[in-house]
This record gives sequence, C-alpha cells and structure tokens, in this order.
Amino acid sequence: MSQVSTSPALGIATKPERRDIGLRRRYAAERRFRLYGMAAIAFGLLFLFLLLFSVVSKGYTAFQQTMITIPIEFSEQIIDKNNERATNPQKLVTANYPVVARNALAKVLGVSEDDRAGLKAVNGMISDSVRVQLRNLVTADPSIIGTTQTVTVLAHGDLDSAFKGQIDLTVPETNRKVSDKQVGWMNQLAESGALSKHFNTGLFTNGASSRPEAAGVGVALIGSLYMMLIVLVLSLPIGVAASIYLEEFAPKNRFTDLIEVNINNLAAVPSIVYGLLGLAVFINFAGFPRSAALVGGLVLTLMTLPTIIIATRAALKAVPPSIRAAALGLGASRMQTVFHHVLPLAMPGILTGTIIGLAHALGETAPLLLIGMVAFVADVPATPMDPATALPVQIYMWANEAERAFVERTSGAIIVLLIFLILMNVGAILLRRRFERRW
Amino acid sequence: MSISLLLLIIAVIGVAGYLFGSWRANALAGGKLSSLHSRPGYYGSFVAIWSVLPALVVMLVWIIASPIYISSTVRGGFPEEVKATSQAEQNLAYNMIGAISRGLNTLSAEEREAMFADSATARTVLAAKGVPLAADPAPYMLTSADDLNRMTKASGTFLSILVIVAALAGAFVSYRAIAPKFRARNRVEGVMLVSLIAASSIAILTTVGIVASMATEAIHFFNMVPAWEFFFGTTWDPRFAAAGATASSGQFGLIPLLAGTLYIGFVAMLVAVPVGLFAAIYMSEYASRTVRSVAKPLLEVLAGIPTIVYGFFALITVGPFLRDISAQLNGLVTGNYASFIQAQSVLTAGIVMGIMLIPYVSSLSDDIITAVPRALRDGSLGLGATRSETIKRVIMPAALPGIVGALLMTASRAIGETMIVVLAAGVAARMQLNPFEPMTTVTVKIVNQLTGDLEFTSPQTLVAFALGITLFVITLCLNIYALYIVRKYREQYE
Amino acid sequence: MNMMSEAAVEKALDRQMNDISYKMIGKDVSVYYGEKRALYDVNLNVRENTVTALIGPSGCGKSTFLRTLNRMNDTIDGCRVTGRITLDSDDIYDPNIDVVELRARVGMVFQKPNPFPKSIYENVAYGPRIHGLAKAKADMDAIVEQSLQKAGLWNEVKDRLHEGGTGLSGGQQQRLCIARAVAVSPEVILMDEPCSALDPIATAKVEELIHELRANFTIVIVTHSMQQAARVSQRTAMFHLGNLVEENDTDKMFTNPDDQRTQDYIMGRFG
Repeated sequence: MSQVSTSPALGIATKPERRDIGLRRRYAAERRFRLYGMAAIAFGLLFLFLLLFSVVSKGYTAFQQTMITIPIEFSEQIIDKNNERATNPQKLVTANYPVVARNALAKVLGVSEDDRAGLKAVNGMISDSVRVQLRNLVTADPSIIGTTQTVTVLAHGDLDSAFKGQIDLTVPETNRKVSDKQVGWMNQLAESGALSKHFNTGLFTNGASSRPEAAGVGVALIGSLYMMLIVLVLSLPIGVAASIYLEEFAPKNRFTDLIEVNINNLAAVPSIVYGLLGLAVFINFAGFPRSAALVGGLVLTLMTLPTIIIATRAALKAVPPSIRAAALGLGASRMQTVFHHVLPLAMPGILTGTIIGLAHALGETAPLLLIGMVAFVADVPATPMDPATALPVQIYMWANEAERAFVERTSGAIIVLLIFLILMNVGAILLRRRFERRW
Repeated sequence: MSISLLLLIIAVIGVAGYLFGSWRANALAGGKLSSLHSRPGYYGSFVAIWSVLPALVVMLVWIIASPIYISSTVRGGFPEEVKATSQAEQNLAYNMIGAISRGLNTLSAEEREAMFADSATARTVLAAKGVPLAADPAPYMLTSADDLNRMTKASGTFLSILVIVAALAGAFVSYRAIAPKFRARNRVEGVMLVSLIAASSIAILTTVGIVASMATEAIHFFNMVPAWEFFFGTTWDPRFAAAGATASSGQFGLIPLLAGTLYIGFVAMLVAVPVGLFAAIYMSEYASRTVRSVAKPLLEVLAGIPTIVYGFFALITVGPFLRDISAQLNGLVTGNYASFIQAQSVLTAGIVMGIMLIPYVSSLSDDIITAVPRALRDGSLGLGATRSETIKRVIMPAALPGIVGALLMTASRAIGETMIVVLAAGVAARMQLNPFEPMTTVTVKIVNQLTGDLEFTSPQTLVAFALGITLFVITLCLNIYALYIVRKYREQYE
Repeated sequence: MNMMSEAAVEKALDRQMNDISYKMIGKDVSVYYGEKRALYDVNLNVRENTVTALIGPSGCGKSTFLRTLNRMNDTIDGCRVTGRITLDSDDIYDPNIDVVELRARVGMVFQKPNPFPKSIYENVAYGPRIHGLAKAKADMDAIVEQSLQKAGLWNEVKDRLHEGGTGLSGGQQQRLCIARAVAVSPEVILMDEPCSALDPIATAKVEELIHELRANFTIVIVTHSMQQAARVSQRTAMFHLGNLVEENDTDKMFTNPDDQRTQDYIMGRFG
C-alpha cells in the first residue's frame, strides 16, 4: 500500500484569505455570452422551420386536385353538326369541347340551357384543360360521339382553391373569384360525391400551362433528369481523373499550383457567371439550341466539377500512404496502384461528394435562366436537344405568376424539389456511414 | 451515316481490337505469361486505344472543320449583290438557306420540281412541312440550299469512310506491333496519364473560357458604350431599342447596380455575421456532443436549400410580413395604416439572404475556430479564465485573420447571389439609402437583360457580359484574397 | 517582492521539513474516460511549499491525476472523477466550489509552451486582467515585472515587452508560461512535463526556476525523466497502470524504494 494511507495526516495548510476575483460579474457575462450563442442557433433553426413550414403549409394541398366526375354526353350536335369528320379530321380537333362539358355539368346541376348567366357560372367551374382532355378522348375513339360517358374532369383552379378552403368566403362576393352560386353548386356536387379531391397525378406529368390546375412539373422533371444524367456522366469521370492526376501524379510545380488555385476559385465563382459562359460559348459560339437540357447539363457540369474535384481529392488524401507503399512494393506500377488500390478505397468519399455536387446542381436556377430554359414548354422533351425546363426554373416561373393557385403549385413543386434533395443527401449520408473506414 | 452509328462502329472495332490484341499476346506467350512484358489485357488495350483514338480525333476535326468549309463555299456562291450587303444580312440569308435545306429533305421529287420551278411557292410548301420561313426566299437561295444539302451529304459519306479507315489502320498497325518484349503497359499508362492531365486542365479551360467569352462580348459592348460611361455612370436605363434601330440609346451606368448589390450584401452580412459567428462559437465551445450532432446538420440544411426556395420564401412570406408589420407599426404610432416597408425591398432581400448565409459563416468559422490549438484554450482555462473570457480574449483574437477570410468568402457569395434578389429586391435601379425601398443588383440586371429575345449585336444584350465580368472580377479578388489569408492562417498553426 | 535570496530559500525549506502541512489531499480518486477507467482509487497528499514529482511509464495516469487537481479534466468530454480532493479544507469537486476560482488558486503549466499570440506583456497580464487583480496600470506593470522576474525572464525580455510572445525561443516561451501562471499568484502550480519540449540548457533553467519557486508556491510536477524528478523534487509519487504504487521522499525513492515495481522502473526494467 502507499505510504500516505498508513502515515497519519500531519495537518492541513491554512487557507489563505479569499481574493475577490469578480466572480459574480464574470459569471453573468458568461451566461450572457452563452445565451447569445443559443439565441443565434435558435434564430437559424427558427427560420429553417419557418421556411419549411411556410412552403409545406402552402404546398401540401397541391398534391390533391379537385375533380368533378359527371356523365358527359358527347353530343354530335355540338362536336360535329354536319357529320363531316370522315372527310375533315380537323373537325374533331377544333370542336367546341368546353361546351360539351359545360352542358353536362349544367344538366347535373339543373341549370337551364337558356340561362346564359347560369351557364357562364357553370363554365367557370370547369378547367379549360377539359378541351384537350375531351378532344383526346374523341380523337382516340370517335365512336363515342353520340354516347354518354362518365368522365372525371379537372375543376377550375378557383373552384379548387375554394374547395380546399383557401378562399375566404366571408369576403363580399364581388371581391372574390368564386360566386356564392358556384360555392353552392360545389357543396351540392361534393355531397353527391361527384366533386371530390383526387391525388394530383397531373402535377407530376403535365407540362407548363397557363391554367394552374393543369400545370405540372412533368417537363421540368424530365429536363432536370436529363441534366443530372449529363452532369453525372461528364463530371464524375472528368472530376475523378483530374483529382487523380493532381493528387497522385502531378509534380509540385507552378502549373499544378495554378490549377489548384483555379479550382478553388472556380468553386466560388457565382453560378450566374457559368450561365454567361454557357450562353456565350455553347449557344452563341458553338450554336447549340437554346433552352436545351444538353446546354443546361454542360453548364451545370462545369459548375459542379470543382466541387467534385475538391471532394475527390479529400477522399484520395484520406487513403493512407501505407496502402500505396504496399502496392508499389509488390511491383505494381503507379497507375495500377491508383486504379487497383487507392481509387476503390476512396470511392465512397468520391460518391458522397458527387451526390452532394449533384444535389447542388439540381437546385441551381440562375445559370439556367440565362441559357433560355425559362421557356413555356408544354410537351415532354424526347431528347436532351429539345427545349425543356428544369424543376427550379419551373418554380421561378410559377413564383412570378400572380394567381393564388400558382402559389400552391409553386410550393408543391418546391416540396418535390426538396424531397429529391433530401433523398440525395440522405443517400450520401448513408453511403458515408456504410463505407466509412477508420484507418 | 449518322454520327451515333459511326461511334458504334468505332466502338466495335475497338472491342475487336482489344480481343485480338489479348489473343495474340496470349498466343505469343504460349502459356508462359511471364515471357510477356505486360499482362495480355494491356496488349489488348493498346490495340483498342490505337483503333479508337485516331478515329475519334479525325472525326472531331472533320465535324468542326467541314461545316466551316461548307458555309464559306455556300457564301462564296452568293450573288454579288448579296455579297455587297452587311454581314448581318448575309447571316440572315444563310440561316434561311439552312432552313430551306432542312425543308428540301422532307419533300418528294415532284414537290421539289414544282418548288424549283416557282420559288414564290416555297414558303407555303415548306410551311406545310413544318419548316416556317421568315420571308419569301430569293431564287438563288433554293440552289444554294440544294448545294448545301449535297455538300453536307458528301461530307458525311467522306467522314464515314475516313473514320472507319482510320480505325482499321490504327488497329492494324498496333496489332502488328505486338511482341513479347513490347512494353504495352507503359504505352497504355502513358495514354492514361495524358488523359488525366487533360481532365485536370479542364479547370484551366473553364477559367479561360469564362474570361475569354465574357471579355470578348464585353469588348463588343465597350465599342458601343464607352467604358467610363459604364463604370462611372450613375443612371441605369438601357431602354430596349426597337428592332432595327441601331443607336445605342439608353444609359448603362453601373454605379446604381453596384450600390444595390453592396447595400443588400451589407444587410445580409449584418444578419449572417453575428448569428453565424455566435452559432459557430456555441457549437465549437459550448454545445454538448448531442446538441451539436443535432443542431449542426440542421443548420447546414439551410445551406442545402436551393436559393430559388429562399427567393420564393422572401417573395411570399417575408416580404408581405414586413410590409404588414410596418403598416401595423405605422398605424399604432401615427394612426395611418400605410406600410413604410415595401414587400420588395433591400431589407427583405437582405434578411433572407442573410439567413441563407448563416450556415456559410458558421461552418467556415467553426473550422477556423477549431483550428485554434487546444493548448491555447487549456492555457487560458488553466489560468482560471471562464469560457467566454477564453473565447473573447484568446480564441477570437487568434482566429481573427481566418475569420476575416471566411467573412470575405461569404461576402463574395452575397455579391454573386442571384435568385433571392431577382425575386425579392425589385428591378428599379435607384441610388438611395432607405432600406425599406427596393433596389436592384448586378445579378438581377444580368438576368433581366438576358431573358427574352437576345441579339448579340445590341448593347442591351451585351451589357450583361460587361456586368458579368465586373461581378467575376470582384468575387475573384475577394476569393483570392480570402484564400490567401486563410492559407496563411492555417500554416501558422500547422 | 523581489527574487528570494538563497538564504531565504534555504530557510523556507527548513521550515517545511520541520512543520509539514498538506496543501492538497486526494482520497480514493478515480477517473473514468467514458467507460474506460484511467485511475484507480489514488490516495495522494501534496505538501505545502514542496515540489512533488509524479513519475511512471507513459499512460500510467500521472498526467490525469495532475489534471484532476485543478479540474482541467472538466474540459474533456466524457471524463468523470470520483473520490475526494481537497485544497486546504475545501473539496474542489463540491458543487459550491467555483472552478474559475479554483484555477486561480491552482495554476497550471503545460507540456508544450503555449503562449497566447499576444505580446509578452499581455501574456503575463492576461490572468491578473481577467481576475481584476490590478486596479491601475502601474499595479499591472508591477505584477508583470515581478512575475517575469520570478520566472527568471525579466532581464531577457524587459526591452521587448510589447513584442509577440510566440517569437521567443522554446525555453523562454515555457518560462513565459510559468510567469503567466505566477502572475495570478496561485497557491499551487501544476506542471505537466514542462521540459519535455525543451533542449537541455533550457531545461536546466526551468529546473532552477522550479527550485526557486518552491519558496512561494506548492508545486506538483509530472515528469518522465527520473533524473529530473530527483533533481527538483522533495517528494516523489510513482504511478503504474492507473495505480499509485508508492509515494515517498525523493531521496528514499531513488535509493531504497519500498515497492518492487518502483525499483524496477527506476532501474529501467520497464517503462
């Protein structure tokens, strides 16, 4: 045992006089300082939640759409009065389908065909998109002319807002877009089950439309998908190749220094400058089509490359030199060492960096505006050379629309965008967790 | 033959080259692989590279060169009176010829005959085929278009032959080179190294591309508008000229845009710097591990949200909120419920941009603060300093240079930010000091000038490039200086 | 107060020998880092105005024990201390005891010289300034001068007090850190291998300094050099695998230790 415990204590030193070192004041300052820190974090988080709340509360309703299911009589009288469709196929295209739908709804609601004001109000309940919908039905199968079919059509955007409770019905009737009569009908239809909310598949499949109820992010999704593929296919190999050279082969000289500084600066160049580059080089000089996903993809590739290079170099750097020494010691060439040993070990880090780079590219808007992706594109682009929009650009365009229903659409599109970003980031985190290596 | 088919053929030759190369190497080795210098796969790769690479180079050169040659030939064939017109008009004519040539390909033989017989019908005939023309074509255009088509077709055929020959020749020569002592691996690795170097010079090319493209267009602009009027002009009023008018009507003063950019950036930094710094300090010095593991990623979510979402948030939520609250305040004080903050204002844009910048400030300064050696912290705590005293008197002074660097980087982000200001700052180029009024920024004007119809000959379009290069130079200087400071700072503690 | 004369030092030492009192008492001190236990029920008392050396192989817990004495362990995540440590009669782990005040009374000098990136003057003035020990500038000047003199650094730096402290040589930096600790007028100074980063000449100077400081301060020093322990300390404690093996007068410890393990270690059989 130690000596201390066996020898008796010989006395305790006398305590010197206590000094006043201003503890009270200093602890107050300490608490204040700490509070500032917590307040700062709370402020940041508060705005994060406000932002998300604002978007979600305005946008979650966009995933449902009010629709009206009614029996529609495809009256030959209206569609093709003189029975000339056999000779003039154009007839079926230009027929007045909205009237067909209006009459059908009027019939359900019991509005007389002579009540012009009533018919106008009925017409205001149905989306204009019904024209295309019914036209497609008829051109696909002209034999339905003259029959009565049960069809589900989109309700007008204003009625949709009213049904979702987004329109304040206490406002005087003249100041709102939905009349009391229409609200009455709406409730009547809802009670009979003809009018109800359905999952809004159109949001994901439709292209641009000036009618909010028929507008969707379909084209934008495809455009974004094309661009992401282009970015992935180009920036991953190029970025990895560049990083391998810089990290594993490059001699330390002024040229590689220059590249280093360059890459760091490119990562901080405002994204809009890449848009200018794309406009001047790809569109004006090389003559690529405007608004094409190809150009967008190239621009985003250039923008994402520095991020990927920086992440890849970090991942390569994290592979311990002992691995390289081991491979080289066995007689592998430097190229074999890198491609057989170093690169596979660095892969999780590289992929994580790539996904994060892609996520940034997916949310990028400004450069795409400059290369003309702010276009009204209603048709799904078949190839990356066709005009397309991108998800964030679609959001930008909708944000500039005045109608209330577009606010809902915009928020809905933002939710879609954020979900994609969350999925990508979660993927990156999982990848990192799964393959994280401790040397 | 289409380009993609040609690429496919090259790929097939390449794969075949690989297989034959490997077989031959195997055969030469005769079961004793160690008699070969390299593994058989390297011989295969060598042949594949020699089949594909020269063919691709030939193809690339041809694809770039042949349209230039064809275009100059076609233009050379223009009638003299057309050649006498301005370059722009010749371009217009050439574009029309291009459209006609596309239309010609869709016509049947009879339709062609009819059209050539009467060039006046061309416009209607082609429109029916989905090729709209801006005007009735002149008769020479039809023949030119025909020439164009013929040459393009000939060029295509020639290209196909040339490329396939190149691929086969490459394969043959390299296949013959295979011998046991042949150092295939070194050759293959040499090619790989060159491609690695090429990939890393893309970074340089991008910078060169940015500078060159913007500088050329900006010089065009400065030929029309004197540089000093741009850099020192205090009025921004580009006044889109009516089509055809060539006069550089309008004033292109940078100062009001720069003022707006800096003002909004300043407000944003006013929000982001204290919040971000205190958040970073709390995270690195106070927060327990659990708090940090939750709060830090959550704050970083702010950095992952696309700026367009912030813009929308400013437009729909923050702007109206500030407007309404100012109306309430005004009403409480004066009884007049008129808002004194506009929905689109310096304040709105600044606050929202500031929120966006919080994670940049906090994560950059977090890195800087944690780089301060633990020994300094211990030294101060060991003397009986409280944590806040340690932070204020030891850590922050030690970290100051690094933090200044981090703030400069953040500022450069604020200056280059686009979507928030496009949606929340307004478009009025004004010089004033009231943060409740809208102002506009360099980036907003770049977007404004470049959305819609573009004419690369008008100052209204080209000014965007002058703005862009200004923006580029400002952010570049900020970043280079910031990187320099931060690097110095890190070296000090390594 | 000026530098002590040699005679005064001797007198102080004599007083110690005859009239022993304990400045700090550690009873059943155990330390855990998370799940890992680093120290096992250590009972070790520190005598007033004495240099106590803590020796032992690396990882034996000597530094850990040292850091419990002014609660620097608090700054390490997941570190937990059980047992009882008193300073005079105050339990320093008592919730009512203020850690700031404790550290003002028990100062610390670290393994690597860690001057703040400030001027020499500001380095020394730092402690007195945060604790509000000097009312006027003249007081502060006096404290700085005295502390630097006690650390034997005054003559070397008096002409460049306002130059950076990081510009000094390693040995000077360490003495500056000692001056910085002294400036707060602590009762106990803890030194964690203060010479391990120094060359032999600088080490000799610091050892000499420790010897002189003993007159005014109670000193606990961790050292990996047994020669150093023998040169500077009066009491020595030997740690091994988180246990206190033996604590004894330094002379006895190095000539005729009670414990076999101490003997082995001193003879260089392990460690």
